Amino acid sequence: MNTSARTPLRELKMVDIVKRFPGVLANDGVNFDVRAGEVHALLGENGAGKSTLMRQLYGLYKPDSGQIIIDGQPRVFQSPADAIHAGVGMIHQHFMLVSSLTVAENVALGLASTRGPRLDLDRVAERIRGLAERYGLKVDPSAVVWQLSVGEQQRVEILKALYRGASLLVLDEPTAVLTPQEAQELFVTLRQMADDGHALIFISHKLHEVLALSHRVTVLRDGRLVGTYPTAEMTRADLARLMVGREVLLQYDRPPAQPGETRLQIDGLWAIGDRGVDAVRDFSLTVRAGEVVGLAGVSGNGQRELAEVLTGLRQPSRGKVTLNGRDVTHASPAERIAAGQCAIPEERMRTGVIKDFSVLENAILCDHSHRPFSRNTVLNFGEIAAHTRRLIADYAVKTPTAETPIKNLSGGNIQKLILARELCRKPTVIIAAQPTRGVDIGASEYIHHRLLEQRAAGTATLLISEDLDEIRALSDRIAVIFEGRLMGVVDAATATAESLGLMMAGTRQTE
Amino acid sequence: MSEATSVVTRAAARSAWARRLQGWQGALVPVAAVVVALMIGAVVLVGLGADPVKAYSSMLEGAFGSVSGFTQTLVTATPLLLVGLGVTIAFRGGVINIGGEGQLIVGALAASAAALYLPLPGVLLLLAALIAGVLGGALWGAVPGALKAQLGVNEILSTIMMNQIAIQLANYLLRGPMIDPKEVEAGTRIAQSALLPADSWLVRLVPRTLLHGGSILALVMAVAVFFLLWRTTVGYRIRAVGLNPDAARYAGIPVKRYQMLALILGGAFAGLAGAVEVLGVQHRMLEGLSGGYGFSGIVAALFGKLHPLGLIPASVLFGGLLVGGDKMQRSVQVPDALIVALLGLVVLFVVGSDYIMRKRAAKAQSHE
Repeated sequence: MNTSARTPLRELKMVDIVKRFPGVLANDGVNFDVRAGEVHALLGENGAGKSTLMRQLYGLYKPDSGQIIIDGQPRVFQSPADAIHAGVGMIHQHFMLVSSLTVAENVALGLASTRGPRLDLDRVAERIRGLAERYGLKVDPSAVVWQLSVGEQQRVEILKALYRGASLLVLDEPTAVLTPQEAQELFVTLRQMADDGHALIFISHKLHEVLALSHRVTVLRDGRLVGTYPTAEMTRADLARLMVGREVLLQYDRPPAQPGETRLQIDGLWAIGDRGVDAVRDFSLTVRAGEVVGLAGVSGNGQRELAEVLTGLRQPSRGKVTLNGRDVTHASPAERIAAGQCAIPEERMRTGVIKDFSVLENAILCDHSHRPFSRNTVLNFGEIAAHTRRLIADYAVKTPTAETPIKNLSGGNIQKLILARELCRKPTVIIAAQPTRGVDIGASEYIHHRLLEQRAAGTATLLISEDLDEIRALSDRIAVIFEGRLMGVVDAATATAESLGLMMAGTRQTE
Repeated sequence: MSEATSVVTRAAARSAWARRLQGWQGALVPVAAVVVALMIGAVVLVGLGADPVKAYSSMLEGAFGSVSGFTQTLVTATPLLLVGLGVTIAFRGGVINIGGEGQLIVGALAASAAALYLPLPGVLLLLAALIAGVLGGALWGAVPGALKAQLGVNEILSTIMMNQIAIQLANYLLRGPMIDPKEVEAGTRIAQSALLPADSWLVRLVPRTLLHGGSILALVMAVAVFFLLWRTTVGYRIRAVGLNPDAARYAGIPVKRYQMLALILGGAFAGLAGAVEVLGVQHRMLEGLSGGYGFSGIVAALFGKLHPLGLIPASVLFGGLLVGGDKMQRSVQVPDALIVALLGLVVLFVVGSDYIMRKRAAKAQSHE
């Protein structure tokens, strides 16, 4: 198949796109356009309609009404194959690679060979090298994919799209899985591609990335177009306001920490991950009353397993965990809860709530067997409803009623309810894992304020997050984890993005 | 419109949609499924040379058209309701109990043994027999429960195997230790126990019919199970474990213990069904006592949407199908297997339509 002789597209327009799902208007007359040679950022909170819009561009959904126009010609994409044929490529958040095949094999997968029935992997590899060199995408075509880092796998995805002749590339939150350095490298590549005449759509909700990379930015909110602006004329505060619909504080004023006694102590902890290899290795950390310790790291470096050990879901193989002076190394979740620990889980729909339960039933998930919520095993719905209404009011949870199934709430509101449920128990230790992942800015800000209130009240907080901005905004000390090992602990006030990035990439802290 | 109101209206619109799906359509769909199954059955009837109108009217007449027919329907519905309650508790706890048949048999054996051998006066004997039935069934549910909790053994397989063990146990006891001495004397050696003492019998509600107090007990139990599941911490935990074991564990609920409890309670209700069948209908334990109630109860539970109160009409309907099917078989001379096939079709359509409805509801939820 001749993949590159096609004329590259110069301009793509999406006009008056309307897409409805049962009960929801996901795109309400959205206009969007992108030209060759530019990076166009698509900015919006979760549920704003970014993904829906892009899925229509890629032929995964068909618009209910509206048109997609490429270089003046209206086009209808029945499937991604049509979109790919028109020169559209998409880099998904979750990579679509076959892990047991080499880079070249992955790139060639699904394409016809130039040598009939015989594979032409040498030629493929040669072209990959050419493309890689041109755009600074360092990848060995003969490497097997499972051996590659996440950043390298992303480069393979980009190469795959380029190899197929994509002249318009959609990148769905590409930096979510990268270290700051890797993200910088990616930006260099993307700029080079734009200079070379590619059109790029960059989906993100990270304002500084949008400002650093894009030429124009389109903001969506609640399925509607807010506007398209030249990035150079915008500030972070402008973008945040357009995205959320109101003024947003981007930094928090917080008094210096006054750490008290040690609340949570982790000593030489080892834990085996799901793949049977050590995921947490000789990890030690202390969290004191009245401080927030941030644990930074690139996704998949043992944070999840560490959080599972600390909440009693995973048994450690070695080491010791002390909670308020008590050895809880092998304690059950219930025992830890009783000892004053609360946890905000990483995957809220999997472990935080029961999605088919109502808001009310979810509000008592840990406390249902205590008075006043139940007496002699009989639930007291009057008390439970009153308690739930208090939580809903105190934490500004937006829900039609307390009896609504929690799955009908937005991610941010579900997270607020989890927070309300956990914090109302007046914990002495909080394990917060990715507390604002997938949560909109407004709710994130709210959750951060609540966590800082807990800090002021003397609670010890371990904040595990892959969002470095969040870590830096909330933490007093920052610990970095890489491949399950502690790379170092630095004072948040003096830590630079560069030094943290180096540690996140596996360099031990230098004195 | 402010962001707040738009989010609220969006969520309200979504939940209204979900309610619509789960509300009137949810109730209509199983009824429509039955109608479609009966229509397919009609085609088969025509193929067999029978008149489907005559067949179905005799079925309806047989099940609901007379006092004797309707009471027989209720008598049949009673064990279905009790087994179905046990199935419902287990399913709500996220465990699949296919062992109703075995649990029912063991419950019947235990109730008969208690009635025959315990020297208790009057109503105490009845009470003891009922409790023995509950305990027997609970034991039969506890074994798969413990195997699952301790060793992770799949409860579907173990409950099915426990059915076989129960059948063989009944075979042995009814031919050996528990056989009616009169059968031995007469030399006929039919595999059944002696007639139970009249003190242990459940009261008959309508003269010259089999309708007995067990039906009322079953209704009370349906309400009790509703209360258990939705008004107590135990039921709350069972449902939490069933819907999301990960979140339940995270919240400190001992998941395995509650899965085991769900299987034990499931067994207890099937055991009670066996006891009621012995004490209310047969007044003795005999081979083939169950007649497949342990399996039909699962179907009734699914038909009742795994809700204890929904199970009441569902089990009456299924009781009616079983009783009316008998009548139909006699009036239009079709093979017995057709009734079984009809019930199978109903199950297929009910479960299938339920699956489709749930997928549609899920699609309505996950729009982004």
